[in-house]
Amino acid sequence: MSSKKLKLLSDPINLNNPITVQVLGICSALAVTVKLEPAVVLSLSVFFVLAFANVIISLLRNTIPSRIRIIVQLVIIAALVILVDQVLKAYAYDVSKQLSVFVGLIITNCIIMGRLEAFALGNKPWPSFLDGIGNAAGYGLILIIVAFFRELLGSGSLWGIQVIPDSFYNLGYENNGFMILPPMALMVVAVIIWVQRSKSKELVETN
Amino acid sequence: MKALRNYIDKIKPNFEKGGKLEKWQSVFDSFETFLYVLGDTAPKKGAHIRDAIDMKRVMSVVVIALVPALLFGMWNVGEFHFLSLGEDASFMEKFGHGFIRVIPLVLVSYIAGLGTEFVFVYIKGHEIEEGFLVSGLLIPLILPVDVPLWMVALATIFAVIFGKEVFGGTGMNIVNPALLTRAFLFFAYPSKMSGDTIWVSGLSGGEGVVDGFSGATPLASAAAGAMDKLPSTMDMFMGYLPGSIGETSVLAILIGAAILLFTGVGSWKIMLSVFAGGFAMALILNVFAADTNPYMALPAYQHLLLGGFAFGAVFMATDPVTGAQTETGKWIYGFLIGFIAIIVRVVNPAYPEGVMMAILLMNVFAPLIDHYVIQSNIKKRLKRAKA
Repeated sequence: MSSKKLKLLSDPINLNNPITVQVLGICSALAVTVKLEPAVVLSLSVFFVLAFANVIISLLRNTIPSRIRIIVQLVIIAALVILVDQVLKAYAYDVSKQLSVFVGLIITNCIIMGRLEAFALGNKPWPSFLDGIGNAAGYGLILIIVAFFRELLGSGSLWGIQVIPDSFYNLGYENNGFMILPPMALMVVAVIIWVQRSKSKELVETN
Repeated sequence: MKALRNYIDKIKPNFEKGGKLEKWQSVFDSFETFLYVLGDTAPKKGAHIRDAIDMKRVMSVVVIALVPALLFGMWNVGEFHFLSLGEDASFMEKFGHGFIRVIPLVLVSYIAGLGTEFVFVYIKGHEIEEGFLVSGLLIPLILPVDVPLWMVALATIFAVIFGKEVFGGTGMNIVNPALLTRAFLFFAYPSKMSGDTIWVSGLSGGEGVVDGFSGATPLASAAAGAMDKLPSTMDMFMGYLPGSIGETSVLAILIGAAILLFTGVGSWKIMLSVFAGGFAMALILNVFAADTNPYMALPAYQHLLLGGFAFGAVFMATDPVTGAQTETGKWIYGFLIGFIAIIVRVVNPAYPEGVMMAILLMNVFAPLIDHYVIQSNIKKRLKRAKA
């Protein structure tokens, strides 16, 4: 794989991360990150939808009339999302119930429309596929980090298994109820952005 | 005093550039300026006139103004502790018990908050900002006495980092750090911040309670519709009731208010308009009071005496950084704080006290109020210029 193609994969994970740099897809990052499990499942769903929507749009890019391209994109995303939704309902019913509307709302996830418009419409299928994978991975990474801290500090567990020992609770430790509320998700995302910017100075705007 | 000055002058070279302890310059500097007003408050050249009172002295005035509420709070903690046990105790025993319970809270809040500030100052290489002098004493005064110390430390660190440092430190913060600490605790650990047992020292630990004693605050009783459990107006004014440490005694708070107003540190416009706003809203509720909700019929003047209303009006709303800056804006800002506080208090059963929410909300809106006040003034003057 050439270094240019590799960059398609690695850029969205750090320097051009859809959540922390482009600040897209924040709503789902707040809504599904109370627990680790739904966050991982949603990340995988977005991964699937974004990768294949990118490929399909890229294949059709020369035949889609520019005027109606948004509608075409929406149809393709919606079809993929319905597929994901049905699979989840069939094989992971509990998680699907937890995620409720948020699987359906992948359709409106700005990252997906953004990548289709910005990348897939102007590039060949293979780079589009890599771009989709990279962006979905960057999105999923942040979701999982946020969910990790929120579940650990808010519920004292990871993936539904209690990890903070009972002896802590006996000593007077308490779960932080604020972590379960959406504002704290915003805080955790903010801290991630803070850490990222202090590590990679090129992200800091000068004005 | 002379010896102290000499000592400081003696060790000063160590902290200057090239000295042994150069890295600790900012820490040294903050202690020196805390103890002495340096001579360089006005620039050497030009006709600049500056007040000799710098920010550290302003902050000290507020701390002094808080002392009556603190002392009364200590006595009140002891009073209700022995009342809940059903034991008699002398004045000194009560005060001593309160002292032992309150001082750790004060220490933890100062150590956690100043520690965080020192870390940030050290990283940024800035001078130490003095804003935490007041916040550190405000925090314990607005907490229930039984709150665990580690929670106070955690919440203080959170509030200093996310309420202040990320915006650029003292003078740049959008919300009041002390109230942010309380809000954090309130949402993170609701079991330690609300309920009927946390307000009296030792009660939540399961220590014996005599029959007929209730640790509920008057606002909680009122929200539950138990209007007969409310203390007398005189008790409300003196502060003889369970509640957060410093908020109960309106008398002690008014002494503090007098100090703030006499020295010109606090804005009388904000204080007055907060009380006016609360009074107005309580009157409106009185008009619409129905038999089904006796809380709405609570006399307006009692609303102002209960809970954290007076404390919020005098010490929180008047924070010059987070409040409105324009003179007209101060009236609007204060009035809305009082107004919203009473709405939250009476209409929302989940929050027995609304002052914290009201002030935090208006902190966020203060710049907007200022903006429109300034814009309307500009328009007015433009009109006058045209005419």
